[in-house]
Amino acid sequence: MQDFLSSLVMVAFHGLAYGMILYLISVGLSVTMGLMGFVNLAHGVFAMAGGYMMLSAMSRLDVPFPLAIVIAFCAVALASMVLERFLYSRLYSAGELEQVLFTIGLIFMSVAVARLVYGPLPQPVHIPGYLKGQLHFLGRDFPTYRVFLIVFSVSLVALLWFGVERTRWGAMVRATVDYRAMAQSVGINTSRLFTLTFALGSGLAALGGALGAEIIAVEPTYPFEHLVFFLIVVAVGGLGSLRGPFVAALLIGVADTACKYWIPEFGAFFIYIATIAVLLLRPEGLFGKAT
Amino acid sequence: MGLKLSTIIAAVALAAASGWAAAQTVKIGIITTYSGPTAGQGDQLDKGFKLYLKLNGNKLPPGVKVEPIFRDDTGANPDAAKRIAQELIVRDKVQFLTGVVWTPNAAAIAPLTAEAKVPFVIANAAGWNIPRMSKYVARVSHTLPQSAYPLGKWAAKKFKRVYTVVSDFAPGQEAEDAFIKGFKESGGEIVGSARVPLATTDFIPYMQRVKDAKPDAIFAFNPGGKQATAQMKAYADLGLKKAGIKYIGTGDITADEELQNMGDAALGVITVHHYSAAGDRPANKAFVAAYKKEYGEKMNPGYMAAVAWDAMDLIFHCIREEKGKMDPDKTMEIIRNYKNPDSPRGPIQIDPETRDIVQNEYLREVRKVDGKLANVELEVIETQYKDPWKEFNKPK
Repeated sequence: MQDFLSSLVMVAFHGLAYGMILYLISVGLSVTMGLMGFVNLAHGVFAMAGGYMMLSAMSRLDVPFPLAIVIAFCAVALASMVLERFLYSRLYSAGELEQVLFTIGLIFMSVAVARLVYGPLPQPVHIPGYLKGQLHFLGRDFPTYRVFLIVFSVSLVALLWFGVERTRWGAMVRATVDYRAMAQSVGINTSRLFTLTFALGSGLAALGGALGAEIIAVEPTYPFEHLVFFLIVVAVGGLGSLRGPFVAALLIGVADTACKYWIPEFGAFFIYIATIAVLLLRPEGLFGKAT
Repeated sequence: MGLKLSTIIAAVALAAASGWAAAQTVKIGIITTYSGPTAGQGDQLDKGFKLYLKLNGNKLPPGVKVEPIFRDDTGANPDAAKRIAQELIVRDKVQFLTGVVWTPNAAAIAPLTAEAKVPFVIANAAGWNIPRMSKYVARVSHTLPQSAYPLGKWAAKKFKRVYTVVSDFAPGQEAEDAFIKGFKESGGEIVGSARVPLATTDFIPYMQRVKDAKPDAIFAFNPGGKQATAQMKAYADLGLKKAGIKYIGTGDITADEELQNMGDAALGVITVHHYSAAGDRPANKAFVAAYKKEYGEKMNPGYMAAVAWDAMDLIFHCIREEKGKMDPDKTMEIIRNYKNPDSPRGPIQIDPETRDIVQNEYLREVRKVDGKLANVELEVIETQYKDPWKEFNKPK
């Protein structure tokens, strides 16, 4: 029994670390889909770019770890702003098929570019010395880096929720998600709001990709390989909300870890079953609004 | 325009003439993995082949040339491998097939070689029964029971309880079976076994499970490359070493080309394998020196590069014996009798009966040599050792 409890603790811990990374990456996708009704399948590209930015800043330019994270966030957020203004915004009024084709095309391009620049192999991750090793508490060892991951992501999420729930910008975003025409008519500059929100979502994905490089290996096929997980988070959580994807990401993180821990031969099998079950019962997702 | 046309005609005529003059060109179809997350393994084969071709590519009878054709199978992808092999056989008319990192790919290619009568020299794919699938298949690499079975017997003398973690594909299962057989026969107890998906890059949940089971040692097999580093990393991050759990396995888990990326957690890891870049045989020292000269001082050849070198040596041996006029059945006859007393991994030969490799298996420990991690060979644990699995599973 003691052993089982301690297994539960470890599964919850590793699942939380994985879930938080999934959430950081996917929350932007949920918001852009909810806010702009835009199906951005290429969202994983931003996470991958963040991973590459951080790792190459650290290994090629000897940038310290904290600064490398900031660089990854800012660079990807800025780049995504440019993309949004010049490419994405032209397709807001287009049909879903065009959007899907366009974003799939973007994935192909990014995969090719990543392979050209960095080669086909997963990038080696060198975390700084002070985050290596284990922390000892509650009579157990926890890998320091994953503790840091959880603490950092939780504070980031708290900040994000505060921003959306308590600030003027957040109110504007919520208003636009709820009723875009009305928001426009009361004078909210929705197109600028889109750009900023898009950049923030991409920046968060970059953070997730960078911090999670150890869990989700950074390699050229990243945006394809993990797309299904990002989409599951959004679909199970529900579009346009912050809370839904959070719960979904944690569910997936913990379920996936538990599966690997107790029944490794099943692989990711359980996740798909759970996804189908949730979507059968609540087609709009756990926290989505029925449309 | 007229001038251009005449140039083209001249060029075509020239090409045709040179094609005719080089009628003794032997084409070698080389299938390896250049893209996808496991391209590191393919790169090892590629480096071994190209090094041999560069240094020994001219050691051929007069008038005979070799034309290597390199193809990418993108990873453990039997459909792609089969299609590529078909193209090489039908369109390029190759006289040899070689390379192939992945067992599923080799298993998909093997039946084609029987149909088309194309000798297929496997340079890595280790699934033990592949040579039985076609009499035109020979293997210079290894099988997993060759290393895992003796390791199991050895481990039973040191440890009571062992947990096994292997990649979930045929060679992983064979490594698991062979280790467990050897370990249990000598009185050991297996406390748990996990099979992890082949493409796993995060081993933390699996290794946490091992830690919680508190065994004396963990036996692992993974397909080398980045997976080997990722698993070592999980071993270090979770503090398994500190908890007194010894890490042992087939040589794949400390593959030489990745060893320097694994950090000091790798120190003391015990493996059994046929090749180590740290082996002190003169032939190996020459090979490692040539490799470093070609690819850079920091690069170490892994077992796949060393085997690719041997595979090319075997092919060149056949070409020399037949003076470039290749006949598949004669080629297989020569392959069955191939012996090389001086390979980088020590003496090797092809078993005439099974067409599989016979070689020494070494017990190694990761130690620091001149400040760098190295798989130091402690002893020859099995001398001129055949695949034990074919002995246990005789064809009916």
